[in-house]
Amino acid sequence: MTLSKMLLSAAGLALSAGLAQAESHMSETADKRIALSNNYAGNSWRQAMLQTWQEIGAQAVADGIVAAADAYTTSENQPTEQAAQIQNLILQGYDAIVLNAASPTALNGAVKEACDAGVIVVSFDGIVTEPCAWRIAVDFAAMGREEVDYLASRLPDGGNLLEIRGLAGVFVDDEISKGIHEGVEVHDQFKIVGSVHGDWAQDVSQKAVAGILPSLPDVVGVVTQGGDGYGAAQAFKAAGRDTPLIVLGNRQDELQWWADQRDATGYETLSLSIAPGVASLALWVAQQILAGEEVPKDLTVPFLKITQDNLDDALATTSEGSVANVTYSLEDAQQVISDAK
Amino acid sequence: MTFLARHRIILPVVSLAVLLAATFYMQPRAMSYFGLNLLFNLAVPIALATIAQMMIIMVNDIDLSLGAFVSLAACVTATFLNDAPMLGLLILLALVLSYAVLGAVIHALELPAIVVTLGMSFVWGGIALFILPSPGGAAPGWLRTLMTVKPPFAPMAVVAAVIIAAVTHLLIMRSGIGTVLRGVGGNARSVARAGWSVIRLKALAYGLAGLFGVLAGMALVGLATSADANIALRYTLLSIAGVILGGGEFTGGKVSPTGAVIGAFTLTLAASFLSFMRLSPDWQIGAQGAILILVLTARLIFRQKGSEA
Repeated sequence: MTLSKMLLSAAGLALSAGLAQAESHMSETADKRIALSNNYAGNSWRQAMLQTWQEIGAQAVADGIVAAADAYTTSENQPTEQAAQIQNLILQGYDAIVLNAASPTALNGAVKEACDAGVIVVSFDGIVTEPCAWRIAVDFAAMGREEVDYLASRLPDGGNLLEIRGLAGVFVDDEISKGIHEGVEVHDQFKIVGSVHGDWAQDVSQKAVAGILPSLPDVVGVVTQGGDGYGAAQAFKAAGRDTPLIVLGNRQDELQWWADQRDATGYETLSLSIAPGVASLALWVAQQILAGEEVPKDLTVPFLKITQDNLDDALATTSEGSVANVTYSLEDAQQVISDAK
Repeated sequence: MTFLARHRIILPVVSLAVLLAATFYMQPRAMSYFGLNLLFNLAVPIALATIAQMMIIMVNDIDLSLGAFVSLAACVTATFLNDAPMLGLLILLALVLSYAVLGAVIHALELPAIVVTLGMSFVWGGIALFILPSPGGAAPGWLRTLMTVKPPFAPMAVVAAVIIAAVTHLLIMRSGIGTVLRGVGGNARSVARAGWSVIRLKALAYGLAGLFGVLAGMALVGLATSADANIALRYTLLSIAGVILGGGEFTGGKVSPTGAVIGAFTLTLAASFLSFMRLSPDWQIGAQGAILILVLTARLIFRQKGSEA
């Protein structure tokens, strides 16, 4: 046997061993049952989240990767209800609980009970602070920074910006705004000349922007938090001003407006937000943990970015009144896990 | 009087037993030390809150601020009681006293309790948000140990229920002062004629409610490990339902501490049972209400038969 042949067969052996390992990671979880504990279902984002879970979960069960992937939503959005729900899920013998929590702290007792009973707990979106649980968090500050980075790449000369914020006093609003202000510090050719609260709603944003516009000098860009871009555009139009570069937030009406503007005037922008499909990412992360994979406790979700190139695809798959969505695959989850290591 | 009408405790016990049997049938895993504890440990703070509500209903009033009050007690427990135990204890004591004062004021000014407590719920909620603007805090170690203790023979939840029921039964049904307190709800005027100060008795009843409300908040934090200004808002309605389910009546004076504890456990179990049935969450609240109506209907039928006989 020559050296090269030996090497080749060794490589072949290694490859087949690797395949076998990948296979076993699939079948190892074939008898495992995963439950989704959800605290709220009353808006389009949560509805899309639940639907993604149903689809991906049903597929995973059909493929024999897991034995069950059931969704449970509490009848009221209260931490005491969800704590009881988690304890019921432990009793029902689930191997993993994927959790979108009503409170970051008030469920810690129930989560600890689950961990002590040997149940894997993966929290996402609404995360829990209990150390024994996994967290799939969103880096909202990075989202704010990315908006300003994009504006800097499009408008190298800089100029005045209008900031539309979300709901006052909510953690997410503070984080995104913090990121935007950090971005403006880096790209000091920009200056935020006005800031309003749009409450992540188009009608509120339109009113707020219309109110502040007369007092503003020329605005070249609008930084937003999602759900507010369309309203801002309408306010600029009503005031008879040129439409500035508005960063959008993946809502269907925003994307539709963008496509119309693009067709009419060649308008170009960026849209980014968190996809409700993050539930499917959490499902796969739970499956990987059950398969015995080493997974760091804190993971970060990528944003869903829509650019000029994939606008039409995104618009085609987003139904009216909904949010652009993406489902994550097992490979995406493995990518997120290896990035965090 | 028939047997059932005389022993108003029978119906709550039967309701709980039927529901428990159905739950065990659906989920055999629950039929263990570990399972019973998981099923019922969150019912312990609800049972304490139900006892608190019972004290108010006993004197012919109703408390709509209990959920907010328990949340506030939970926030104090997770912050002050943990960081500075003496100060925390003083604040909790002040909360109990403020409840007693509230009872006296309601009686002295002849205010409707339903309005005063509704207003107070915003006060309690505001203070809770002031203490804990964002969810957090930590349960004191001893409280966590107490709520997760694993006694021999029966799980913590069951032992706690027996203790709560026994203590309040002795206090309300057996002791002299308990009898007088029930008398305030039944016929305040005759109690006053007998030489008792009704305002003091009302203050005592409200103070006891405050005490059990604080205990409920503490027990909740011991289980949840931390607090949230909205953690117990559901307790207002759960506690009223628990009292009624346990054989109490809105007409005052007719209450049963043991029944109240059983009522709280039945409500908790009903929610779990519906979840085990995989009923859609849209229907769960309705179904919980249906169980409540079912038990009350049964009670009404038995009582009518009792009065016919």
